[in-house]
Amino acid sequence: MNTHSGETPAASGSLKKRLRRDLARVPLLAWLCGAMAAVVLERFCGPQLADLLGLPKVPVLFGFLIILKQPLLIPSTLVFLTLIYGLPILLLSRLLARPANRLAAFLLQAPLAVSVLVHLALFYGTLHLWSDLSAYRVLTLKLTLIAVMLTLSLNVINGYMGEFSCSHPAFMALGAYAASVMTLLFFVKDKQFGEALLPPALGPFMFPLVLVVAGAVAAIGALVIAIPSFRTRGDYLAIISLAFLFIVKSLIENLEWLGGPRGLSSQPNYASLPTVFAWAAACIWIINNFVRSTLGKALNAVRDDEIAADAMTVDTRRTKMVAFLFGAFWAGVAGGLFAHVLRYVNPGSFGRQNLAEVLAMVYFGGLNSVYGSIVGAVSLSLLGEALRPLELFKWIIIPLMLILVMIFRPTGLIAFREFDVRKLVQPKQNPDQEV
Amino acid sequence: MTFFLQNLVNALQWGSFYALIALGYSMVYGILMLFNFAHGDIFMVGAYIGFGVATGLTALAAMGMLALPNWVILVLTILISMFLTSFVGILVERLGYRPLRDAPRASAAITGLMIGIILETGNLALLGARRVSFPSLIDSVTYNFGGVYVTNKKIMIVAVSLALMTALHQFVSRTKWGMAMRAMAFDYVVVPLMGVPLNTIAALTFAIGSALAAAAGILFGVAYPVLDPYMGIVFGWKAFVAAILGGRGSIMGATLAGFLLGFIEIFVAMIFPSTLRDLIAYSIILLILVFRPHGFFGEAYSARLRL
Repeated sequence: MNTHSGETPAASGSLKKRLRRDLARVPLLAWLCGAMAAVVLERFCGPQLADLLGLPKVPVLFGFLIILKQPLLIPSTLVFLTLIYGLPILLLSRLLARPANRLAAFLLQAPLAVSVLVHLALFYGTLHLWSDLSAYRVLTLKLTLIAVMLTLSLNVINGYMGEFSCSHPAFMALGAYAASVMTLLFFVKDKQFGEALLPPALGPFMFPLVLVVAGAVAAIGALVIAIPSFRTRGDYLAIISLAFLFIVKSLIENLEWLGGPRGLSSQPNYASLPTVFAWAAACIWIINNFVRSTLGKALNAVRDDEIAADAMTVDTRRTKMVAFLFGAFWAGVAGGLFAHVLRYVNPGSFGRQNLAEVLAMVYFGGLNSVYGSIVGAVSLSLLGEALRPLELFKWIIIPLMLILVMIFRPTGLIAFREFDVRKLVQPKQNPDQEV
Repeated sequence: MTFFLQNLVNALQWGSFYALIALGYSMVYGILMLFNFAHGDIFMVGAYIGFGVATGLTALAAMGMLALPNWVILVLTILISMFLTSFVGILVERLGYRPLRDAPRASAAITGLMIGIILETGNLALLGARRVSFPSLIDSVTYNFGGVYVTNKKIMIVAVSLALMTALHQFVSRTKWGMAMRAMAFDYVVVPLMGVPLNTIAALTFAIGSALAAAAGILFGVAYPVLDPYMGIVFGWKAFVAAILGGRGSIMGATLAGFLLGFIEIFVAMIFPSTLRDLIAYSIILLILVFRPHGFFGEAYSARLRL
């Protein structure tokens, strides 16, 4: 008895160790291949398997909705998830680890961009196939990607520079309205702005330009916050940014040619999944490079001690200005995408609710961290969708969870971490050989 | 002129709500250097507790078990609700803020926002989405002072608020506990070493702030007898603005700024279309803060930074 109970933990411990060692050798490329295979499997066998297991349809959001709505279906949902996602991903990525490592090493001989593009293409393919199954998945995915962009851009100001800026929904609103007005004015015939000024066929090609201009409009708005930030910071800057949020919202509500409180609708359908994905990827890449640059380090210096940073020849004014304008630019781009995903904006979407959400994403995921922003935005937006069947209690569970995270990890789940792209895509060494 | 005076009376009433709530923000800030973002929702909870107490007492009176005149019921409602709501404040401090006292301040801000959401949703889950109406305890009597119409409710609201503010001022400046609070506001790291209990003082501060918010909630219920679970949001943010405008941690500043905010809002609505109220009111605040970045009574921004 004694020897038996003594053996089991040791055996399971070594099994766990082996599994961990095996998985540590799996490069990103193999994981992506596994995910791709799982998605393909779901596409071709999903409906039949769901039918076989007695599920009404393929679980849309990893079974969360079904589990919460019909507790009786929990076992079959779990079986479905294991068969479609769990096993194929684990097995395939383990099997492919060796060839994938070799392929990753081969790709790295070319410029880094090549392997990044291959990874991104695989990732996009997976997402595309996954979301192809239902319009709900597409919408959730697009909104999640936009939330990632917003969270990252807010993290530049609140995390890297350490200000408590509350005006992010205002920047988003500026971008959303600027982009909507441009597309409605130039490319669509509608009742607010009349005939299209340019041929509508040109629209999708000009959309990136529209988004850049929308970001620029938001950045110009950010000057209202950036200039007072030279003289004050902390709570007073928080109030200035909060006042700015209310001013922008109230202004839009009072401008009749912007639709007033009713908002603008029937934006053209330019924000397809590839567009949103491309912008989100560009946003992550650029912000990641920005915060790792000298300027990004200057942001941290300003946050930790402004006077010392000044003494160390950091141009604090320029740093603050750049950070605010940069953060606002990406918020504006995200707002423009948001308007074209929902194809409807009204001032009500950019209020305190939105502010609380995006702040929660930043502080939940982790301050000063690109990884953290992605984790925070993705987990909170998916959780928001997944807990939807709980209706009211969703708004008790999510805040409670955030409070617990704040109490036990005050800087968020994954703070102070940036991407190293090369590390991410390189082949994984055998941990035994490293030692 | 009468038009101006009439609006002055209205502004005094609005200002008293803002000032009473702003005091809670400002006191907590003065001692713990953090803003209790759940304070607006504590105002809401106070109003609902007041609603419960008032309904209960009137029901008792109607059944003849405790036949009290209406004004006694109102006074009792205010006192009992202030007492009960102060425990909500203590609970919020104990569960939400005390574990975070050494954490970055932004974490405490997020926690406050989340506690606010929980309070709103909890209320919604308990009472449902319908609005409740506050029982009317005193009959409205309108006096005419040379063309300026003043109701007895307005007089009562302003008088009760001013009395509470005076009482708070006396408490903070005259009593031993008040002295402890002022000492803690001066330096909350060193003063506990002198034997002043930090946790007790923090709980006391939250209790007093919440009690004032509850009083504001009941006075609001007397003036505008429709309560809904989200009523605390607008008042909370505006009172927060007032607390900052007055200078953080300054009781005098918070009171004055609360009244000032009431005046700005009412007079903007008097001159311009009322949809422009927020726009102009916040623009004025923005301008004030740009030129006087630390509020009316606040200390100038120091180089010591706390993330």
